[in-house]
Amino acid sequence: MELIQFTAAELSEKIRRKEISVLEAVKASLDQIRQMEPEIHSFVTVTEEYAYKRAQKVEKGIRDGQYRGPLAGVPTAVKDNICTAGIPTTCSSKMLEGFVPPYSAEAVRCLERAGAIIIGKTNMDEFAMGSTTETSAFGITRNPWDRERVPGGSSGGSCAAVAAGEAFFALGSDTGGSIRQPSSWCGVTGMKPTYGTVSRNGLIAYGSSLDQIGPIAKNVKDCALVLEAVASWDPMDSTSMKRQDLRFSENLTGDVRGFRVGIPKEYVGEGVEPDVRKAVERAAALLEAAGAAVEQCSLKNTRYAIPTYYIIASAEASSNLSRFDGVKYGYRASEYEGLHEMYKRSRSQGFGTEVKRRIMLGSFVLSSGYYDAYYLKALRAKAVIKEEFDQAFSKYDVILGPAAPTAATRIGESLKDPIQMYLGDIFTVSVNLAGLPALTLPAGLTEDGLPVGVQIIGGCFQEGKIFQAACSLEQALEPWHMAFEKEGHVHGKTV
Amino acid sequence: MAQQIDSEIIDQVSILAKLELTETERQQAMEDMQKMLDYIDQLNELDTSQTEPMPHIFPIQNVFRDDEAVNGDDREAMLKNAPKQKDGQYQVPKTIE
Amino acid sequence: MAKQYETVIGLEVHVELATKSKIFCGCSTRFGGAPNTQTCPVCAGFPGALPVLNRQVVEYAAAVGIACNCHINRLSRFDRKNYFYPDNPQNYQISQFYIPICQNGWVEIDTPAGPKKIGIHEIHMEEDAGKLIHDEWEESSLVDFNRSGVPLIEIVSEADMRNAQEVIAYLEKLRSVIQYLGVSDCRLQEGSMRADVNLSVREAGSSVLGTRTEMKNLNSFKAITHAIDGERERQIELLEAGKTVIQETRRWDENKESSRAMRSKEDAKDYRYFPEPDLPPVVISEEWLEAIRSRQPEFAHERVKRYQEEYKISEKEAVMVTEYRNLADIFEETAKLTGNPKKSVNWMTGETMRLINDRGVRPEKIRFTPAHLAALIQETEKGELTNQGAREVFEQIFDRDQEPTAYIEEKGLRVVKNDGLLMEAVQSVVDSNPDAVTQYREGKVKVLGFLMGQVMKAMKGKADPEKARQMMEEILKQEP
Repeated sequence: MELIQFTAAELSEKIRRKEISVLEAVKASLDQIRQMEPEIHSFVTVTEEYAYKRAQKVEKGIRDGQYRGPLAGVPTAVKDNICTAGIPTTCSSKMLEGFVPPYSAEAVRCLERAGAIIIGKTNMDEFAMGSTTETSAFGITRNPWDRERVPGGSSGGSCAAVAAGEAFFALGSDTGGSIRQPSSWCGVTGMKPTYGTVSRNGLIAYGSSLDQIGPIAKNVKDCALVLEAVASWDPMDSTSMKRQDLRFSENLTGDVRGFRVGIPKEYVGEGVEPDVRKAVERAAALLEAAGAAVEQCSLKNTRYAIPTYYIIASAEASSNLSRFDGVKYGYRASEYEGLHEMYKRSRSQGFGTEVKRRIMLGSFVLSSGYYDAYYLKALRAKAVIKEEFDQAFSKYDVILGPAAPTAATRIGESLKDPIQMYLGDIFTVSVNLAGLPALTLPAGLTEDGLPVGVQIIGGCFQEGKIFQAACSLEQALEPWHMAFEKEGHVHGKTV
Repeated sequence: MAQQIDSEIIDQVSILAKLELTETERQQAMEDMQKMLDYIDQLNELDTSQTEPMPHIFPIQNVFRDDEAVNGDDREAMLKNAPKQKDGQYQVPKTIE
Repeated sequence: MAKQYETVIGLEVHVELATKSKIFCGCSTRFGGAPNTQTCPVCAGFPGALPVLNRQVVEYAAAVGIACNCHINRLSRFDRKNYFYPDNPQNYQISQFYIPICQNGWVEIDTPAGPKKIGIHEIHMEEDAGKLIHDEWEESSLVDFNRSGVPLIEIVSEADMRNAQEVIAYLEKLRSVIQYLGVSDCRLQEGSMRADVNLSVREAGSSVLGTRTEMKNLNSFKAITHAIDGERERQIELLEAGKTVIQETRRWDENKESSRAMRSKEDAKDYRYFPEPDLPPVVISEEWLEAIRSRQPEFAHERVKRYQEEYKISEKEAVMVTEYRNLADIFEETAKLTGNPKKSVNWMTGETMRLINDRGVRPEKIRFTPAHLAALIQETEKGELTNQGAREVFEQIFDRDQEPTAYIEEKGLRVVKNDGLLMEAVQSVVDSNPDAVTQYREGKVKVLGFLMGQVMKAMKGKADPEKARQMMEEILKQEP
């Protein structure tokens, strides 16, 4: 077995036992990056020099007992909307090209405390607005399973990096499905935690009331371990929650006997590709076989989730992105006459089409005369959607469904019609509106050989139940391989 | 019927959003926003008359910090990102005529 | 016949709160730091930074609300006010729009027609903007975010004022209340208190409000008075000429004594307020409110009444001595220690005020130990000091809070009590100034002053002047 084929937990174990050095691990990742990047382009920035320096420190730290955890010495990738002190953080936007944050996000500090080693910043849809990673200002990322397809988005770079073996795990962010949908399309395991579980401090905001940072990993166990490391109560984030139940890896028993699992009929109905539906049905059967009680249920307000989401996310984005004005950091137009022209030119030239589209929509729904009809209405609809989930979780331990109606789409396909692209978010956005945790894990392949994930949604603060169900499902499914293993794109040291 | 987006609304919104649109972009924006609003319009089928708006998903409240000046001086790390700076300050086009 | 007009005025007053740190981050609020040295990702609007509310700001805002007879909302929220300007680093200001912390209050002011209640519409918490300096050399402006994020409360009055005098009385009232609470020093010139004036005119007797304008950049009572008079005239002229007043914001220029509109087509005035998703609501429990209420001081107008009753000082003295809480506190403590309120208030309204002017210090900064003043008063009551000596001692107390007894001893200021010595000095002056003595005896009693001066000189100022005068008169009365 090659070094880069290990999971994070396996790798750190081997590092602890001195079978592999941290330097070797970092070198293996960087070698893989060198091989894969020309085709995949998961990264905006590769931090080679930084990673080698960190490797030495962490190696020593492990030997000195400073780092004892399961991520110590493990190379990781961080989505480029999560601030890293001294390392450029661009949100894949021309607007932030060359921006070097003076501070690190709390989640990054958590990773550093755990001894993980950041090897680069991953590509994404510009400011996390998109579902394909095609709106990046620095070029598209290709799906490691099929170079003609997108990896999904907006955390497409992070998911592709894990699928391509470039990183052992990655951090993504999820505002409306941005971890779960690309995880599904890239055949990796990704989780959006309960709102407030991972600090948003240092996450460049898109929709503040919806944004969460979460782990993207090779399997459920790594996912739980990474979440355990980055979940924290942070006094610098007023929406961060004080939780006592953060030992997620203790929920990896895979025992689902007595579990009640609901499958909303709206999640497997019209518009869902047969291969996707089949994957969900098979997962349901496997859970049932493992002792869970599975039944169909209904979330009849599902269709209101997309309009509600786009109003709230765009409104918050229009305000969050107003700070990008060419004054303090980032892009400033080279020619302008006076202050207002400087603002307008810098923003018009610095932002891409999709970002501008959402800023315009968001500014409109908040503007005088329309606020009540759109924004307040959406805040009410959000309450209705949350209430519906609360009722569902009084009956079910978890809800099972797809992460997206289709598998990975072809490059260029989705951008033609924005509404069509937004409709693809139907199974993910309501989770963000209701603040719920949800996990996507690979559950099969389409006839074309593309990965299909299923999504397990839990009640608020019920990550434990999700991990239990996911673990059970993972054990029941045939062993899963990362894209690079399937293709034999394995480089570096054989162990 | 959904709100109709005319050029006056688009112009007003682009002033608010501080975006300068070319004529093509302006037409496109008008079309996009109209489509989106037509789609969003289905929200009106949802009865929310008995529902309070929910800005925060969890009922947390009173998250405070103590009144202590704890921050050091991080000026250089921040200022080096400025497109234009002078004498330790961010430089912008003249704000009054 | 010319129409009669009534002026209708409401005020929006911003007050900087005297917290140690900013409203949403741990940066210092102190004045005078080099540009942008008191900034962090939060108050400089860097990507990813989040606000966390300073508890003290809530307590201060609620305290002012209680003092202004407001209803304190048990639940209040923060909202974002969206507008682009370089001194506003996020291009939105975190403020309270939909549910402010305090609503529906009033304060009472004195007018020539008697006391009048001015309604308070609301008081809300918000963050201050940074500072813009105009760089004449490069045709540009420079931004310093040291003030960005300093906590403010905005006190919005009802349109209850009718002239500049009422406006000034209202501002004085707010200043007094807020200073007594220790919440701010409320200095207009330095911007720790800022007043925007909303003004409209209407025909006398009309109950319909005219179109109002908002005047900004008023940083002295004089500027406020000028701006109110100027804007009233401007609006009346417009109406008389058959024109209409445009609702707009105008910037007052005190040098030119005129205002101009601040509008531009680039400033579409639509703030798109929406609930701040980064800040959970503030909920004030009954216990918390009670704790804040229990810390409310006795305010100036309450003290004026009590001082007259309890200390039998005049209303004028009471008003003067209560203008600043620190001075009122010193007075009261001194009065208690000495049992002599009359002398205590005299020192506070006389010498203290003289020295404040002379030294050019801020009245609210004066701190000295009441026991020191009390000791001084007791020494003078025992006749231990001359007036001049007492003043000298007081200056020491005022300037450096000097303990008086030690100082009196050290400088030998105590009046000489040895009658023999004094008698000798008096006799010697009489002997060596025969001309003056003769003049006195011929009825020119004024020369007594000169003779006394000579005695004091001989005694190096340490004689009890009263006793010396008695001795002198006794000798002079004797026939030669």
